[in-house]
Amino acid sequence: MAKMTLEQLRKLREEKKRDIERRETEGKEIRIIVGMGTCGIAAGARVAFDAILAAVERHGIGADVVIAQTGCMGLCHVEPTVEVIVPGMPDTIYGRVDAATATKIVDRHVVARALVNEHIYDRPAADIIRN
Amino acid sequence: MAYRQYMLVCGGTGCESGKSDEIYRNLLKEAEAQGVKDAVQIVKTGCFGFCEKGPIVKVLPEESFYVEVKPDDAKEIIAEQAVKGREVKRLLYDKSTRKSNNKIEDIEFYQKQFRIVLRNCGVINPENIEEYIARDGYAGLEKVLFQMKGEDVIAELKTAGLRGRGGAGFPTWLKWDLTRKAPGDVKYIICNADEGDPGAYMDRSTIEGDPHSVLEAMAIAGFAIGSNKGYVYIRAEYPLAIDRLKIAIAQAKEYGLLGDDILGSGFSFDVEIRLGAGAFVCGEETALMRSLEGNRGMPVPKPPFPAISGLWKKPTVINNVETLANIPVIITKGGEWFAKIGTEKSTGTKVFALTGKVNNSGLVEVPMGTTLREIIFDIGGGIKGGKKFKGVQTGGPSGGIIVEKDLDAPISYESLQALGSMMGSGGMIVMDEDDCVVDVSKFYMEFCVDESCGKCAPCRIGTNQMYDILDRITKGKGEEADLARLERIGKAMTKASLCMLGGSAANPTLSTIRHFRDEYLAHIRDHKCLTGKCKDLVTYSIDPSKCIGCTLCAKKCPVPCISGERKQPHVIDASRCVKCGECYAVCKFGAVVKN
Amino acid sequence: MVNAKINGIEVQVAPGTTILDAAAKVNVKIPKLCYNADLEPWASCGICVVKNGKSPKMLRACCTPLENGMEIITNDAELVETRRTVIELILSTHPDDCLQCPRNQMCELQTLAAEFGIREQSFPKRLRGLSKDESTNTLILDPEKCIRCGRCVKVCQDMQNVWAIEFLGRGEKTRIAPAGDVALADGPCIRCGQCSAHCPVGAIYEKDETGPVWEALRKEGPEDRVCVVQIAPAVRVALGEEFGLPPGTVLTKKIYAALRRMGFDVVFDTNFSADLTIMEEGTEFVQRFTKDPTALPLITSCCPAWVDYMEKYYPDMIPHFSTAKSPQQMMGAMIKTYWAAKAKVDPAKVFSVSVMPCTAKKYENKRDKTMFSSGYQDVDVTLTTRELARMIKQAGIDLLNLPDEEADSPMGPYSGAGVIFGATGGVMEAALRTAYTLVTGDELKDVNFTGVRGISGIKEASVHIKGTEVKVAVAHQMGNIATVLDQIREAKKAGKPSPWHFIEVMACRGGCIGGGGQPYGATDEVREARMAGIYNDDQKSTYRCSHLNPFIKQVYEEFLEAPNSGKAHELLHTHYHEKAIYTK
Repeated sequence: MAKMTLEQLRKLREEKKRDIERRETEGKEIRIIVGMGTCGIAAGARVAFDAILAAVERHGIGADVVIAQTGCMGLCHVEPTVEVIVPGMPDTIYGRVDAATATKIVDRHVVARALVNEHIYDRPAADIIRN
Repeated sequence: MAYRQYMLVCGGTGCESGKSDEIYRNLLKEAEAQGVKDAVQIVKTGCFGFCEKGPIVKVLPEESFYVEVKPDDAKEIIAEQAVKGREVKRLLYDKSTRKSNNKIEDIEFYQKQFRIVLRNCGVINPENIEEYIARDGYAGLEKVLFQMKGEDVIAELKTAGLRGRGGAGFPTWLKWDLTRKAPGDVKYIICNADEGDPGAYMDRSTIEGDPHSVLEAMAIAGFAIGSNKGYVYIRAEYPLAIDRLKIAIAQAKEYGLLGDDILGSGFSFDVEIRLGAGAFVCGEETALMRSLEGNRGMPVPKPPFPAISGLWKKPTVINNVETLANIPVIITKGGEWFAKIGTEKSTGTKVFALTGKVNNSGLVEVPMGTTLREIIFDIGGGIKGGKKFKGVQTGGPSGGIIVEKDLDAPISYESLQALGSMMGSGGMIVMDEDDCVVDVSKFYMEFCVDESCGKCAPCRIGTNQMYDILDRITKGKGEEADLARLERIGKAMTKASLCMLGGSAANPTLSTIRHFRDEYLAHIRDHKCLTGKCKDLVTYSIDPSKCIGCTLCAKKCPVPCISGERKQPHVIDASRCVKCGECYAVCKFGAVVKN
Repeated sequence: MVNAKINGIEVQVAPGTTILDAAAKVNVKIPKLCYNADLEPWASCGICVVKNGKSPKMLRACCTPLENGMEIITNDAELVETRRTVIELILSTHPDDCLQCPRNQMCELQTLAAEFGIREQSFPKRLRGLSKDESTNTLILDPEKCIRCGRCVKVCQDMQNVWAIEFLGRGEKTRIAPAGDVALADGPCIRCGQCSAHCPVGAIYEKDETGPVWEALRKEGPEDRVCVVQIAPAVRVALGEEFGLPPGTVLTKKIYAALRRMGFDVVFDTNFSADLTIMEEGTEFVQRFTKDPTALPLITSCCPAWVDYMEKYYPDMIPHFSTAKSPQQMMGAMIKTYWAAKAKVDPAKVFSVSVMPCTAKKYENKRDKTMFSSGYQDVDVTLTTRELARMIKQAGIDLLNLPDEEADSPMGPYSGAGVIFGATGGVMEAALRTAYTLVTGDELKDVNFTGVRGISGIKEASVHIKGTEVKVAVAHQMGNIATVLDQIREAKKAGKPSPWHFIEVMACRGGCIGGGGQPYGATDEVREARMAGIYNDDQKSTYRCSHLNPFIKQVYEEFLEAPNSGKAHELLHTHYHEKAIYTK
């Protein structure tokens, strides 16, 4: 990316916003977001991340699933945390996600469309800036 | 096939004791019995917080929020909601002051948090500038560059009423205005990311989760005061934050949002990272600047204030991470919008790192004016293991303990100070009945002993003398005059120290003496630590009348110093006991006695 | 102007004036410890706290500027209690061996403790058991006594730009130590002793050599010593302070008398050898000026701390250094050669003592082999002004009531040019007085070159000698030197002539009168009073120029032949060598 002008920045922002909207309205994309702050990584987020990658590959659904990282979700007492967005299902944050749970999240939540027991936590707040 | 409905049963400790497990099993049973087991998934979750109203059941996608659910309610919930699609009105959360509510996002508890600083944390990929841009990132910078003048930016901050989040609460606009008006061609912006309180990690998480918000704010500050150079002073112990910051700076430069002639506006601003070695005192702004210059990190007297003579004796704005992260939002949404949040004198939100004996430790961002009780008991889910709340330490080693009776004070800079503590950077450590205040004071004093830079006599010597006295008391060797000594040194340190490290180092001790004098006296007069935390004051023994000789304690003892035949009362050899308390914890018969 | 009240007294001061200084103006004394008027406030002790109006906060008077409308309270029960607690805390980390301390009765901490009537130890002792650094053989660093006020560090770094002393360790383990934690002698220390002059307690002090001097003064045993002493220009205007006299009181003749009563056989005056220095150095300057202008500027070399500094930090200036020895060393060489022969005394039996305002002189007397030019150590022991004061007191001599006496001949009588060596600019002025005559053959009508006098850190002047302009610069206080020398370096690099022809450098503020071995408590006020004493003595002198001193003429006629002669070079000149700043 070369240095942007004001117009280019505005254009980029609009494009990206549209992308998000499209993602939200069309709801086609499955997204798995791993909290990779220091708290998450210290608690094993990398292991969870790797396990998710492996499970997605094993199911051959790599093309349909976006795996991403983000910072701390605020749920430090239950790190590592993983947010799963599957169209048609509630957006869900899982906590205490070890490798086995990570695998289960892909197998059950993403593939079999059922929530994984005992690992759901809530983001401490709905993000009002988004509204 | 996907489920039509999901019922989430809170499985947190608080709810478990309220028989949430039974509720879960009953819901499963009823779903099966009423023939909807394939349509509704019953799930057990982690703690939602809000434990005082537990057990809690949430139903999605309707977002019905049921509180104080009983096992017998399972039948009705399944019958009404899963089968007929109707909410069970009587179980919906209804705070007496409010009309009945049924949507999670309308429930007050979930509105207690309000994310400005943490708006992007846990939402965007911090290593991708485009995700930041998509969420109005750099819109604030864009606005100031093309629609505002330096003084407009400062006026907006003044309207917002933003105050420094690093602890002292100095009005940010005033800092900027003084620096803007200070004579000099070269001025600097410093981001203070030298977070050092034990238990505090708000700034680390903010940079890790949303580095661009800090960079954008620094550029806005640069524009407002006429500076082209910023430094982020961050401790080397934060490698991930440093990496993310490096990536963010590189991306911002690549996109032309930092560097020369930003967006063709003619304004140039560059940011460099400077690593600190992790000295707590380097969070003090004058010491930070000395360290950044390559000197020994020691505070110097103010005035001159950094706004007049800061880094390399140039006018300098120094703001902490959280303060800066607020700024892009203030610019895009306006100072008036911001000023409506919080209290009159303390506007906006505050991020706290809630830790200690609380169920849901984590980062919380609440509007100023929220009470400590709401943070600890609602958001934090109350005290772990149902123990009794004893106190909460705000402001880390510089703050004081706040006790039960003061929990309903709305949080603001002034109120916390009036309670003998301080806002500090936002560490919030919750203590329960098992925590010994003398031990806690000793812990904080030890921290200050280690972190005192050694420059100024009251702090350098006072912290050590106070530590020695506290240590003596925890060992049962204190005398009553020690309390007066602690208060005497503490007062002198508070008044005569050069910087706030020394000026506040006595706070934990002085506030615990004020609130828990009897506990100190118990250590001194009776040589007793009621919590058992002060190992020198505790002895463990076994009551032979209660011991059945199960041998569990002997097996657990790490020394081992517990002996006895199977099915015969056991004995602890007190001379070898290390007072780890394992035997006490493991005994099911109450035979191990702690004195 | 700022208008405020201090203890209810109206005060008006310039903006930026600290509360401490403003209070002093209205005769309100605020107790303090780490503050020193020479230094930027370091604000480490916490004793000068005051309050403003009803605010519960305490302000440090040393570094807080007085602001309009302030109502400063400098004492109330809480302030006194706070100060007392802080003093007691400091005492809890300070050894109690006051009776054996070099600063006994001259210690600022002891004074405070006395003023606050500290009668008991409220807090247990926390001593560290640190050992002394005596490596320089000149200054002794005793970190155990250190109260970490920071003065020595500030002096060494900010005033002197030497950077030999630094804080090491953190928190309670903070200690003053040679930078790099080497032995003091193995680092950049130039022995100027300003640290010792500024230390409020006994943590840095001069090596006491009064013992060997008393021993020599017994004149017993096989050695059968003949004790000869010389006193430096600056000593006479400061010694009186140790006996309750105001700074600047000239005590030359009483000091001569005291030295004789202590047992010295012969009393000479370094002012005489200062005249000698002018003959040598002045001639050197005139030669370079008239024959080899590229060898200019000529830089004075009579300050041993400066010589050491130059050898470490500016070795490229060695060719510009005057090879003339300092007056102390010239006198030492002359005593054991010229005078010994004249008096028919075996030089091996001569015990030569100098009394100097300076700690570096203790180092200079063994600096290299040219300091043994007589075949013996030319100056056996150097005492500082402070040591001399102690000896006079030990001898029970009533200094102030002694009769005036004269120094011995021929190396006692001095010119006014000799005495002004004691003040910054004095060497330059003395040299100009003689250089003028050496070049023109005429005598000056007005010998006063006031442009080079005074406390200002860098002074420049130009003098017309026979139609040629001589540009001179005078710098004192080591931290001011770089400005001058860096300009010379730049000019050299650019192939341009040096901005000055002749440069005088003194390591200490005010020159020797502000030396590291002078009585404690020097401030600019004290320094200026001492300077006034020096110029007063000059004014009263029969001869104002070195070349007019008849005894100078006599020693050249009888012994040295001519300035810069072979003999003079052998005894009165030295060499310089580039030195590593750190030897380990």
